[in-house]
Amino acid sequence: MTSLLEIAIGFALICVILAMVFCTIRLLVGPSAQDRVLALDTLWMCAMLLALVLGIRFVNRVYFDAALIIALLSFVSTIALAKFIMRGEIIE
Amino acid sequence: MTGLENLSAWVVVPVALLLFLGGSIIFVGAFGLLRLPNFYQRIHGPAITITLGAGCLLVASMILFTAVEGRLVIHELLISAFVMLTAPVVAMLIMRAAVYRDLRARRHLGPIYPRARSGD
Repeated sequence: MTSLLEIAIGFALICVILAMVFCTIRLLVGPSAQDRVLALDTLWMCAMLLALVLGIRFVNRVYFDAALIIALLSFVSTIALAKFIMRGEIIE
Repeated sequence: MTGLENLSAWVVVPVALLLFLGGSIIFVGAFGLLRLPNFYQRIHGPAITITLGAGCLLVASMILFTAVEGRLVIHELLISAFVMLTAPVVAMLIMRAAVYRDLRARRHLGPIYPRARSGD
């Protein structure tokens, strides 16, 4: 039964890493600024999920704290970037 | 793998299914972000799909750690509640910024109605 879990964890890891590659491509080629902000937000989200899957892989609770901090930071940074591309300044 | 050897099938099969499902959903969402033609179509991939995939992976992590440690481990509810709260807010703010920027660019290019009628 453990091999099924190993295959599932490997599949999830590969999917998350491919998602991060797609987000990076969109971040580099994105035609407008809002595309890049959206790709950066998705990249944060995928990094959080990568930390979670690594926590499942190595059965370690430390990765959970990393995922929580990444989730908090992603919210703040994306809000700041969205405000910036909307008005040209963050704190009005 | 340390700690994953002696798990029963009642734990392994749901965790594996949730991992397969979550990985596939995340892949589809990011692929949509890469391939869809328009910004307003592209935002649906991350805003909706990846939140669902994150939910699947968080539930898988909860089940696995509850089984491994032999007690109820629901710390992941913290992340899932936070993601459920913030993902719509972030999507709405990015969409508002995009609409604002498009309207401003269109106003600089000329009157809005002939361009809107010409189909873009």
